[in-house]
Amino acid sequence: MSAAPAVTDATFAADVLASDKPVLVDFWAEWCGPCRAVGPILDQILAEHGDKLSIVKLNVDENPQTAAAYQITSIPAMKVFQNGEVVKTVIGAKPKPALEADLAAFIG
Amino acid sequence: MRQVIIIGSGPAGYTAAIYAARANFKPLVIASSVEAGGELMNTTEVENFPGFPEGIMGPELMIKMQEQAAKFGAEILMDDVTSVDLTGDVKKVTVGSGETFEALSVIFATGSANRKLGLPSEDRLSGYGVSWCATCDGFFFRQKTIAVVGGGDSAMEEANFLTRFADKVYVIHRKDTLRASKIMQDRALNNPKIEFVWNAAVTEILGDAAVTGVTVTDTVTGEKRDIALEGLFIAIGNDPRTHLIHGQVDLAPEGTIAVHGRSSKTNLTGVFAAGDVVDPTYRQAVTAAASGTVAALDAEHFLQSLPADVLASAV
Ligand SMILES: Cc1cc2nc3c(=O)[nH]c(=O)nc-3n(C[C@H](O)[C@H](O)[C@H](O)COP(=O)(O)OP(=O)(O)OC[C@H]3O[C@@H](n4cnc5c(N)ncnc54)[C@H](O)[C@@H]3O)c2cc1C
Repeated sequence: MSAAPAVTDATFAADVLASDKPVLVDFWAEWCGPCRAVGPILDQILAEHGDKLSIVKLNVDENPQTAAAYQITSIPAMKVFQNGEVVKTVIGAKPKPALEADLAAFIG
Repeated sequence: MRQVIIIGSGPAGYTAAIYAARANFKPLVIASSVEAGGELMNTTEVENFPGFPEGIMGPELMIKMQEQAAKFGAEILMDDVTSVDLTGDVKKVTVGSGETFEALSVIFATGSANRKLGLPSEDRLSGYGVSWCATCDGFFFRQKTIAVVGGGDSAMEEANFLTRFADKVYVIHRKDTLRASKIMQDRALNNPKIEFVWNAAVTEILGDAAVTGVTVTDTVTGEKRDIALEGLFIAIGNDPRTHLIHGQVDLAPEGTIAVHGRSSKTNLTGVFAAGDVVDPTYRQAVTAAASGTVAALDAEHFLQSLPADVLASAV
C-alpha cells in the first residue's frame, strides 16, 4: 500500500481541488490486489518528483462520495488534478517506466 | 553470474524457488513489478489447494509462498523481464530498470495473460465498465446490471462473486454447455441473480464514456440483439505468456512452451518451463506448483551435471 497521505470525502476539496500543485489521487481499496502492487511505485515517484507533483490516496470503501463523483468503476485508478479539474487518468497497475511515461507532463 | 533465475512469481515460480533455495542454489526470482504473486492475487477464496480445509484467500496463499521461498534464501526482485537471451551457455535476462542478470539456468514460469474479445470498444471502455478483475471492480456495481462473458470456472466464480454487489448478472456464453466444473456450474445455475444467455457472442460493447450495453450475436441463428448493462467482466480464458521467448524456445501446437515428456526441459539446455505457460489443460494452482517442483529438480540435476569450475563461477 502506498505510504502517501490519505484524503477523504471531507478533505478532498481542500487537499486536492484547491491545491496549487498538481495532485495525483490514487483511488484504492484494501481488497484490490493490483492496488497493493502500485502503492510502492507511487511512493518512489513521490520521492523522486514530490517537488512537482503531490500524491495522495483515497480509500474508495470509506469515501464512496468522491469515488462516485469521479465515476470510478475500476481500481487502481490514478487521476491527476490541476486547478480543480481532472487533467489525466491512468487506470490499472502499471510498471514504473510505463507510469512515468503516462505522467511525463507532470514529472518530466 | 547466478546459478538459476526464475521468471514469474505465481505458484509455479515460488514453488520452484522454494526447492531451488532449499537445495542452496540461491535463486533470483524476478517477480514482476505489478503482478507479483500471479493470478491468485486477483481472486478471493481458494477452496481446492490441499492443506487448507477452511479455504484460503488467494493473495494470502501467494504471500505465504513468497515468505516460504524467501525463508530459504531466494532473492525476490519486483521488476519485469523485458528481454532474454537464452541461446548460449550463459543466459541473459534484462529487466525494466535496465539491469541485465546472467545465469547458468533459467526457469520460465510466466503464467498466462487474460484473453481479450478483440473488439476496439473493449480497449476504449476498459476501466469504464469493462473489467478483467471482479474482485477489484465488483464493488462499483452495487445494485447494477452487469454481465460476465465466459463459460469456464473463472467465469462462474466471477459471476457468483459479483452477485454480492450487482442486482443482476448475465452470463454470456458462446455455447449451450459450460466448461466449468460441476460444483461451480451448480452454484451459478442455482443463483437467482444470475441469468444465462446461451449461444451468444459479444460482438459490440456499447457506450461513449462508459458501458451502457452490449450487442450479442446468436451463434446459431446469427440474430443480433442488445442487452442494457453497466459493467462487463471478461473471463474467456488465458493465453500462455510466451512473447519474451519467441524465436528462441520451441512452442507446442497449443501455444504453450514445449517440454520434453513429463519433464520441464525445453529445446534449450539449461532452460526449463513450468506452470500455466506449459499447461494447456489443467491450469490449477496445485498443478502449477507441482510443475514448479519438477522444474527446480530438473534445473538442479542440470546444474550438478556441469563441470565443477563452471558451477563455481556462479553464486
Ligand atoms: C479468477 C481466477 C480464480 C482462480 N481460482 C483458482 C482456484 O480456486 N484454485 C486453483 O487451483 N486455481 C485457480 N485459478 C488458476 C490459478 O490461478 C493458475 O492456474 C495459477 O496461478 C498458475 O500459476 P503460474 O505460476 O503458472 O502462473 P501465474 O499465477 O499466472 O503467475 C505468473 C507469474 O509470472 C509473472 N510474469 C509474467 N511475465 C513476466 C515478466 N515478463 N517478468 C516478470 N514476471 C512475469 C507474473 O507477473 C506472475 O507473477 C484461478 C485463476 C483465476 C484467473
